[in-house]
Amino acid sequence: MLGNFDYSVILRSLPFIWGGMVLTLQLTALAVTGGLLLGVVIALLRLSPLKPVSWLAAFYVNFLRSMPLILVIFWFYTLVPKLIGSSISGFNSVLLAFVMFEAAYYSEIIRAGISSVRRGQISAAMALGLTKLQSMRYVVLPQAIRNMIPVLLTQSIIMLQDTSLVYVVGLRDFLTTADVVASRDNRPIELYGMVAIVFLVVCFSMSRLVGLLRRRYAL
Amino acid sequence: MGSYNWNWPILLKSPYFGWIVSGFEYTCLIAVLAWLIAFPLGSAIGIARSVDNRFARAVGTFYVDIFRNIPLLVQMFLWYFVVPELLPHDLGRWVKRDMPYPQLTTAIFCLGLYTASRVAEQVRSGLGAIGEGQRYAGMAMGLTGFQVYRYVLLPVAYRIIIPPLTSEFLGVFKNSSLALTIGVLELTSQARQIEEYTFASFEAFTVATVLYCAVTLLVILLMRVIEGRTRIPGTITVGG
Repeated sequence: MLGNFDYSVILRSLPFIWGGMVLTLQLTALAVTGGLLLGVVIALLRLSPLKPVSWLAAFYVNFLRSMPLILVIFWFYTLVPKLIGSSISGFNSVLLAFVMFEAAYYSEIIRAGISSVRRGQISAAMALGLTKLQSMRYVVLPQAIRNMIPVLLTQSIIMLQDTSLVYVVGLRDFLTTADVVASRDNRPIELYGMVAIVFLVVCFSMSRLVGLLRRRYAL
Repeated sequence: MGSYNWNWPILLKSPYFGWIVSGFEYTCLIAVLAWLIAFPLGSAIGIARSVDNRFARAVGTFYVDIFRNIPLLVQMFLWYFVVPELLPHDLGRWVKRDMPYPQLTTAIFCLGLYTASRVAEQVRSGLGAIGEGQRYAGMAMGLTGFQVYRYVLLPVAYRIIIPPLTSEFLGVFKNSSLALTIGVLELTSQARQIEEYTFASFEAFTVATVLYCAVTLLVILLMRVIEGRTRIPGTITVGG
């Protein structure tokens, strides 16, 4: 049991596992950035007064949200190279999957944030003689962004946890490198335990920070 | 995709059709059984976080913090690879090998405990949305603490959180795909297996996608009906 818990296994494989951690962080950072950009675009399309445009955006969001992330990863990992030639790396295929998938979730948060600003505010801005763009820029967005930032951050923490799913296509992220060492040295307790503790510490502290931020900047 | 050889009929051939059916059955089985763990347990934890007792609140908060901050896949590995090693030898052996359907049972258990932490958050926010007045009114009428929850708070709270609970159920349905990492042949893993055997990747993944979307749509429609039926007369829908 815990009596022969062997820390040295972790220490010896630290450079290898750190490489996995770097991949996890890169994937998270790129997917958050890409997902946010695409998410903004989709949210704007969804709020468009043109019905077909907004339906199309709604279909995109609802379609992706009803699929398991693992299946989305399989889709992209297998089909992107078939579509555009096998020159694309596994990392990039998976990154694309995460960006498309997360954009669906981010766009919903952004849309909810914009809709949470009361209609009266827009009417008031218009009555003051602001143009549509100006009322968006100076009245709606400053309030909407305050409302949505904590939720966007929470979603990004979930996304950091979700990157561990690249395990299913064998991409060498934090969990997968630890898994490789666990089976090589037959030390599952130490390796999986370490992964769990690292995620727990990182995600727990981040959620607490988001909580602080929420209380501080709430309207 | 110019050179792609479409082969839809292969999905109806033996054994692939059977694989899809059995994968779909496993997916539904995991989701339903995990939900049967998650709903009562999550409700209990959510209630514990709303009562006056500080110890109960601390236990509830601890549970939620642990289960929400470790990736589900890591939790799956912990339950499957680590916990049996930490148990006394015979019990660990039983959990890993001798209990009925060890992988399936572990996956259901793991998903159920994880989803409970999410249900707990929804129940707590539902209770929080009601306002203290109702609680005090119930107590002023001489109801016990249990009765206040049973007859006043919970009937309203559960109605408020029908939409988020629906997404949590759909979450457990989608997350059941993680069971493939410990060797359960559910829908996604069967699609993957068909892809490996036949190279009909587009067809195989499409079938899985359509099935996931169909169930999602069905559940959403069903829950809308239930939400309408259970609405308290004279109220507009709160939350959402």
